[in-house]
Amino acid sequence: MDWKRFSFIGLIIVVLFGVVVMVGQVKQPPLLIITSMLATTIAVATPLTLGALSGVFCERAGVVNIGIEGMMLTAAFFGWLGGIYMFHLFGLPAGVSIAFGVFFAILTGGLMALLHAVLSITFKVDQIIGGTVINILAVGLTGFLNRQLFFGKGSVFGGTVPGSPGVLPTIHVPITELFNSVCGASANCLQNVQAINRVFDQKPIAISAILLVFISHYVLFNTRWGLRTRAVGEHPKAADTVGINVVKMRYANVIIGGMFAGLAGAYFTIESVPSFEPLLTNGRGFISLAAMIFGNWTPIGAWAAALVFGASQALLINMQIFRDVIPPQWSFLQESYIVGLTPYILTMFILTGIIGKTTPPAADGVPYEK
Amino acid sequence: MQSEKQSISLTKRILQSISEAILIPFLAILTAVIIGGIIIWFVGGDPILAYKGLIQGSMGSKKAWSETAIWATPYIFAGLAVALAFKGGLFNIGAEGQLAVGAVFSALIGYALPGWLGFDLPAIIHLPLTILFGMLMGGVWAGIVGALKAYTGGHEVINTIMMNYIALNTTSYLLNGIMKDKSPTNVIARTPLIAESARIPAIFDGLRVHWGFILALLVAFLIWWLLNKTTLGFEIRTVGLNPDAAQYAGINVKRTIIVTMLLSGMLAGLAGSIEVTGLNYRHELGFSIGYGYDAIAIALLGRSHPLGVVLAAFLFAAMRNGATRMQFLTQLPVDLISMIQALILLFVAADAIIRYIYRIKSKGERVVLTRGWGG
Repeated sequence: MDWKRFSFIGLIIVVLFGVVVMVGQVKQPPLLIITSMLATTIAVATPLTLGALSGVFCERAGVVNIGIEGMMLTAAFFGWLGGIYMFHLFGLPAGVSIAFGVFFAILTGGLMALLHAVLSITFKVDQIIGGTVINILAVGLTGFLNRQLFFGKGSVFGGTVPGSPGVLPTIHVPITELFNSVCGASANCLQNVQAINRVFDQKPIAISAILLVFISHYVLFNTRWGLRTRAVGEHPKAADTVGINVVKMRYANVIIGGMFAGLAGAYFTIESVPSFEPLLTNGRGFISLAAMIFGNWTPIGAWAAALVFGASQALLINMQIFRDVIPPQWSFLQESYIVGLTPYILTMFILTGIIGKTTPPAADGVPYEK
Repeated sequence: MQSEKQSISLTKRILQSISEAILIPFLAILTAVIIGGIIIWFVGGDPILAYKGLIQGSMGSKKAWSETAIWATPYIFAGLAVALAFKGGLFNIGAEGQLAVGAVFSALIGYALPGWLGFDLPAIIHLPLTILFGMLMGGVWAGIVGALKAYTGGHEVINTIMMNYIALNTTSYLLNGIMKDKSPTNVIARTPLIAESARIPAIFDGLRVHWGFILALLVAFLIWWLLNKTTLGFEIRTVGLNPDAAQYAGINVKRTIIVTMLLSGMLAGLAGSIEVTGLNYRHELGFSIGYGYDAIAIALLGRSHPLGVVLAAFLFAAMRNGATRMQFLTQLPVDLISMIQALILLFVAADAIIRYIYRIKSKGERVVLTRGWGG
């Protein structure tokens, strides 16, 4: 990431936040708006961050993965389903069922990635076609099972969708409590600290996504594993010559990537809302790819780009909150369909490379022939 | 002697390549059907009854045939759109959005043009205008992506998907707002009905199949002719096979990429136009969900050959049309069809798996369909 792209990211985020503050300041103090927008941004950027990390691992090893969308969707479904089964059929406590749900989601992501690996590494299928197959298969599979399992003949749930065990809880970081004594009796000070505290009160997957960004960065650029991964993605022949097992490295990284996508899927149905609907990923797998490209195939860069998309989604959410105080000359901000275009247009703009060209790994998308 | 020998081996090679072009898709379908049967059995259904329902529902009567042809019409157009792009080395995942844009703008011209002009147009002018405008807008929608690809290297796969979402948002905006059917009972996001003069007539009395179907077949022939008998077609195929060689041979690669996307989008737009003018007589939000993705499967199954696309479109149309009957007979959800279609796509795309299962030797030629991120 060079300064040009980082400053572009900063600029866009400032603009998006500025719009919300300008519109919302008649209703709420700016600090509260900024912190709540920041909290939303971090939360909704979670699946994008994880999706982009998924892409980074696959593509650094030389496998293009446009099936992230499908992996997320399938994982969202099976994670949610697994939670329901554990809760209702095995009678486990809600908390344990939710944990199993997350586990199933990660497992599903890994299995879908295994399919992608078999197609693209073993059978040397065109990787973009293979990814599309994953995406279409995911839509068919989740749509079919969703209807068949709950409404089909002989459904164990007798034609209803049973309640899910719930969503992951927010982890409270005790910043407010810490400042209690410092602020003393000043109500204003306490209020501000509470507002800032909101940014840090995030749910487990959101927090782990951020941790995973830095872990991934360390693994890719500071460990032997990372060096080997990058070697098979840049020059597999050379890697092979020095004794690295290209096929094994690629399989492992694609599956790791799939597990990231699986965790992203869990965000939708286990962390965000406790329900599933067909096509709920809504293109976020593809936006993740754009974040990955804009981040130049690095974890930290991809995260920064994911935050931009998160902010543009947070803009949409906030415009709904401040709907009634939008000034008339800005009335287009009321139209969720128009504001909702922001991430998509941003993606296309970023891909033009005006903000600086990025370079994919040299062997990205090329099957390895010995 | 020598030339005779050569001509025999040539005939043999042509026969071999034809048999392979038919054999692999056939085996892919067969394998998907068998796996689909196992899934049906697994969820407690009767596979034989289910497939019987599919065949009855799609080909069991005159009406069933007519409905299958109706389903096939947009599939042929959209399948050709994806196939043409493949020939030009481009992957158009955006048929979905181009189709919706085509449908919306056709509907607009269909219901609003007489009002704007202040007089009724004869069908001979109004209908072609309606179709052409939708087609053109579909072309523009894809052409933008083509231009981005040619001049900035923005990858068409992500950009066409982004344009799908932009199309979805924009059409939702229009159909919920200025283009919404204002009749007092209407609560659905849809346009008013288009004028009588903008409708495609039915071919037979009492059946819904309309002349748009014949147009689809004609267009399929036209695309075959364009690709194989014209300079433009040669340029498209050359750029698709090897852009560097094409550049070296003096072909304007940038222009060809844009033209390919433009044509591809026009075909997808046509799919939307014909659905509006021939079948629904309006555009309703959500009617076309999934057409664009089915089109990818159809193009791959038809191996990007116009005739193959027509046949594959028929197969997919028959499955979609027969699904209702299947659901009636077995109470299996219609979504099962999407599963089987996804499996067909899987085996067609990964023909290496089919070759492996049925022990068919590969000729060792690899067809390049897409190229990584390129840049």
